Amino acid sequence: MFHWLEKNPFFFAVAVFVVIAFAGLVEILPNFAQASRPIVGAKPYSTLELTGRLVYIKNNCNGCHSQLIRPFKSETDRYGSYSKSGEYAYDRPFLWGSKRTGPDLMRVGNYRTTDWHENHMRDPEEVVPGSIMPKYPWLFKNIADVDTAYAEQLTIKQLFAVPYNKPLPTADGSTQTVALADSLDGAHASALEEAKVVVADMKDQAVKDAVAAGKIPEIVALIAYLNRLK
Amino acid sequence: MENRPLEYDYTVAKLFMYNAIFVGVAGMLAGVVLAWQMAFPQFNYILGMDLAEYTNFGRLRAIHTDSVIYGFVLSAVWSAWYYIGQRVLKVSMAESKFLMFIGKAHFWIYMAASVVIVIGLQLGITSSKEYSEFEWPIDLGIVVVWVLWGISIFGLIGIRREKTLYISIWYFIATFLAVAMLHIFNNAEMPTFIISGGIGNWYHSVSMYAGTNDALVQWWFGHNAVAFVLTTPIVAMSYYFLPKESGQAVYSYKMSLLGFWGLMFVYIWAGGHHLLFSTVPDWMQTMGSVFSVVLILPSWGSAINMMLTMKGEWQQVAASPLIKFMVMATTFYMFSTLEGPIQAIKSVNALAHFTDWIIGHVHDGALGWVGFMVIGALFHMAPRMFKREIYSKSLMNTQFWIQTLGVILYFTSMWIAGITQGMMWRAYDEFGNLAYSFIDSVVALHPYYIIRAVGGTLYLIGMFMFAYNMYKTMTSSRVVEENELQNATPMGA
Repeated sequence: MFHWLEKNPFFFAVAVFVVIAFAGLVEILPNFAQASRPIVGAKPYSTLELTGRLVYIKNNCNGCHSQLIRPFKSETDRYGSYSKSGEYAYDRPFLWGSKRTGPDLMRVGNYRTTDWHENHMRDPEEVVPGSIMPKYPWLFKNIADVDTAYAEQLTIKQLFAVPYNKPLPTADGSTQTVALADSLDGAHASALEEAKVVVADMKDQAVKDAVAAGKIPEIVALIAYLNRLK
Repeated sequence: MENRPLEYDYTVAKLFMYNAIFVGVAGMLAGVVLAWQMAFPQFNYILGMDLAEYTNFGRLRAIHTDSVIYGFVLSAVWSAWYYIGQRVLKVSMAESKFLMFIGKAHFWIYMAASVVIVIGLQLGITSSKEYSEFEWPIDLGIVVVWVLWGISIFGLIGIRREKTLYISIWYFIATFLAVAMLHIFNNAEMPTFIISGGIGNWYHSVSMYAGTNDALVQWWFGHNAVAFVLTTPIVAMSYYFLPKESGQAVYSYKMSLLGFWGLMFVYIWAGGHHLLFSTVPDWMQTMGSVFSVVLILPSWGSAINMMLTMKGEWQQVAASPLIKFMVMATTFYMFSTLEGPIQAIKSVNALAHFTDWIIGHVHDGALGWVGFMVIGALFHMAPRMFKREIYSKSLMNTQFWIQTLGVILYFTSMWIAGITQGMMWRAYDEFGNLAYSFIDSVVALHPYYIIRAVGGTLYLIGMFMFAYNMYKTMTSSRVVEENELQNATPMGA
């Protein structure tokens, strides 16, 4: 059979493809429906949070920080309760990372504050002596891209029925709603409202001034995202 | 006319060879900068604080990984394809104007895509998925490049004189099919400006998969991109170049069969080992572990087949630096395909995952196996393409030893670093509290990061020697006749 295949490239290629494709079908497909179901308490990202998530991706934070707490005591002691599949239901893309040059950030919002992040992003070594994380001064200058985040929100709402503007169950039995504006101007206005909450705890005058003038520096969006990781 | 040997046409093979050498040096230079950044963060601001946005670790990392994998290695693979393909199929590129046009288009569109990729990554345009960071316009460009390569493969096969496909061709076909499948499924994404009606960046897209599913598809891709870019085409090279250079026939056809079909079937399953202890179902994780261990069989099958090809001719290893590169590459292949399965065992992975040990594993494979085999292949091809002998044998020897030392420093330091890190993260004191804060584990790694950076720098120095030696070989070393090019490659002092 092999000798025959080696003289018949078409059938050879078909045979190779079947052998390669087999594992993907058996291993990956069966899980799809189940794994994408959200857990109680999971909610989609608000406009500013998603803007911050894009900043996180743009700067490849996931290259050095994981967002996956493994079910070991040493991990839950350090980072909080272990990760559940349903917590990631609104993560497109997933940001688990593959390397911890720095610590895990899955629940960083539980134990770090806005002003901690502000100081740390400006000069990590000053906040954590011995840190090898670079400084991120450009985050304080660049203006965040709310437009693209809003476009992404509209896309996932329509394509994947992500439940914006709908009451979602929480662990204590109450409900919460993540609002999505119906126009780009509305999205900017709501992102700016969120930004004002963040900058209230910040010290940098230039950043405060920018938000007062209706602009959102990347650092503000990023902190909004980090604060929401819980 | 009738009885003259075929004149193979290496136009396209040469183009890819130039690029492989150039990107090899550039991509590894980026890697060395990254290594020094981890040892001394000041290197993040190497071009000043104003440009730090573009020179920091986060931005450079993908440029390093993608340029080495898809620039250096793929260019070398395609150079080898446009060289080996003609020879084992007994047909010249010059016989078909169409295939020659496809080959050139393949190269130039690939180059254009590469330039866009580097600029995009520098600007922070990324989908975040490792080794698949490209946004949708580039993903489409990659499809074009891949289809052109496919036309080239099956076109050349279509007009072949030798009816039986040699082993190397099997592996090239497998590479083509598997990467096509992986690329399409992993990059299923929706450009956001379509549904939103033109809001935001036109190149931005959102993944069709969420959370755990996204992770599953990404590591099915990530693991097998390693398999089908960094393993199968390199095995294709070793099956052609080692027998050619040594003048020995491949040891066993049956072992070749076992190695090939075994690898095809088993490799894809093993992707789950990147997701051990994650939120992926446990049975899938265990499958990933088990198949990773099974993977030793086909990997070692091919490697032992290579080693035994040298049977009775081991004096060639001492005599020829080119054989040294190829045999050392095979040794590292065995080493790295044993190390990988060990790391895929769940209890070991609990310690090793997220640490530098993984980085060590990647690099003993990439530098030791892939790098050395590619270097050996290019050294073997250049004299035959340019009809000149290798410029300097002693320079090649020096390069070999410097790079071997570099790889050893790299992986040993990363082993120690990784295990140190893993042990510190899980250590408890006598009161049952975590013994170390995270930063303790960062500070502890400082000396190993320096050793790694030195190892990487040595390897890079070797790459510069390689580039110089190849340049001289192409331009000014002694011209040789066809009869000097049968087996062992002619070399100057």
